[in-house]
Amino acid sequence: MSHWAIMPVLLPWLAGILLLLVGRNRLGWQRGASVVATLVQLGLALALAAEVGDGDILVYALGEWPAPFGIVLVADRLAAWMLVVTALLALFALLYAIRGDDAAGPHFHILFQLQLFGLNGAFLTGDLFNLFVFFEILLIASYGLLLHGGGRKRTRAGLHFVVVNLVGSSLFLFAVGTLYGVLGTLNMADLAAKVAAAPAESAPLVRVAGLLLFAVFALKAALLPFYLWLPAAYGHASAPVAALFAIMTKVGAYSILRVYPLMFGPDAGGSARLIEPWLLPLALATLTVGALGALASVRLRQQVAYLVVASVGSLLAGFGLGSAEGVAAGLYYLPHSTFAAAALFLLADVIARRRGALDDRLDPGPAVAPAGVLGGLFFIAAVAVAGLPPLSGFLGKFLTLRAALGHPLLPWIMATVLAAGLFGLIALARAGSLLFFRPLASRADVGTERPPAVAEEALPVIGLLLLVLMLTLWAGPLADAAREIADQVLEPSHYLRAVLEPGGRP
Amino acid sequence: MELLVALSVGVLTACGAYLVLRARTFPVVLGLTFLSYAVNLFLFAMGRLVVGRPPVIAAGAAGYADPVPQALVLTAIVISFAMTAFVIVLALKARAELGNDHVDGTHEP
Repeated sequence: MSHWAIMPVLLPWLAGILLLLVGRNRLGWQRGASVVATLVQLGLALALAAEVGDGDILVYALGEWPAPFGIVLVADRLAAWMLVVTALLALFALLYAIRGDDAAGPHFHILFQLQLFGLNGAFLTGDLFNLFVFFEILLIASYGLLLHGGGRKRTRAGLHFVVVNLVGSSLFLFAVGTLYGVLGTLNMADLAAKVAAAPAESAPLVRVAGLLLFAVFALKAALLPFYLWLPAAYGHASAPVAALFAIMTKVGAYSILRVYPLMFGPDAGGSARLIEPWLLPLALATLTVGALGALASVRLRQQVAYLVVASVGSLLAGFGLGSAEGVAAGLYYLPHSTFAAAALFLLADVIARRRGALDDRLDPGPAVAPAGVLGGLFFIAAVAVAGLPPLSGFLGKFLTLRAALGHPLLPWIMATVLAAGLFGLIALARAGSLLFFRPLASRADVGTERPPAVAEEALPVIGLLLLVLMLTLWAGPLADAAREIADQVLEPSHYLRAVLEPGGRP
Repeated sequence: MELLVALSVGVLTACGAYLVLRARTFPVVLGLTFLSYAVNLFLFAMGRLVVGRPPVIAAGAAGYADPVPQALVLTAIVISFAMTAFVIVLALKARAELGNDHVDGTHEP
């Protein structure tokens, strides 16, 4: 049995513990160790992606207990894709943090690694209860990270975030408990087989549990009507944390894509296509609300947070189409929206630092120096986030719309995606012109302390934007890879065979 | 017995949902605790209610209690216990920093 599949889970956990032992007073060592651990994770994720690239599914049975009796970790193309995106994002968020944001509290790097532990585990696990446990791990770390640095507004946003997610966790347990009570298993592959074979009288209970689970994933993904926690939490977190949180909503989207085609796909008998009537309309509504929120925002970070909500809508609209083209479009859009939103969160922080007491409020203020560099970066990031040509946001939306061509809701999809893109564009254009084009000399009294050199701060932002550029340049191969992932996800028989009949394959 | 357990889970969940929706942090924390009690009891009952049966293989046992929900509930208890402690500290921090115990930190008592 290959041990590759467990490495991305073990490594950040060990790194987190090691950092705890290094101690809070040796920040230099912590920074070095944290960056090295994240780099190794990136290498591992890429190696794992190469390993499963030809369609193999690596199954790691913990303690060699065969499924469905033990817990299994399953690395397929989808999991590897998510791991690579997470590791890349984490690297740049960390590079931004080690400039000084990590010194605001004692345990930043430990929590950061444990957050990666939870994320990687959630992407790799093949067991529903284990998914709950990894959700809790990543949430517990995220509570700490969100509150990192303190402050009144952060505390208030943190309280809401924690309470909402604790209620979500309770619902998750109710759903898992119901599924176990009816079907007697928690392994996802085994659940899929048992859901399909469930007698008609237990189908309503299975459907209830499945929809309850959907509510939990919708809460994590910030799908309407459960998005209200997101703008406050992301808008008040420190910049590297907000950047890392760009992947958190994608965990919910990933869980929807993992669980529903597998367990409630077309072959699931009485529970077939459980969320299909819900997902697409909710995604379009989320997209609309996110775009309107971005228009109405009075602070730059808040605006970026609403754009994250809108990107969740675009992403899940792709998944909601149900076809392989739609899922592939969503999967191509996923890394793009993650990197672009993270870049914009970091950039908002760089800009806010240079505006003194005005911070990131969208009011006219003194010129932000150096306006050329920051304005240029803001322009590129805005083009990426708003989904304009030539960057990958446009390609992602184009793929989604092309996949929607035969869909009965096509007019709605077209109208919503295009209108939301326009609203996002207007919102970002307003923010950009307020920040860079209309400086007020008379507001010079706000008084900025001398900000650090811009090159150092802008480098992680440039790195993230380069990733977006790479997504654009290699759009062909990456869209093909996304298509292969979509085919594998929508055809669960390989997954079932790999998990339930180990050794049955050469 | 089934009716009693089902009623307990229902009443605990209802109380929890009501309290979570209150405007002060202390009732909200209590509500979260009630919800976690309800979910623990619910998970435990999902292995079916049996009395006096061993959970692991024993000679001459007439039947077994399902050990998996017991393991699940143990995990859930640990997590909810830790989270209750965390949310209490957070509520105290919010009370100290915001000056009142309203969940939005805005209204005067």
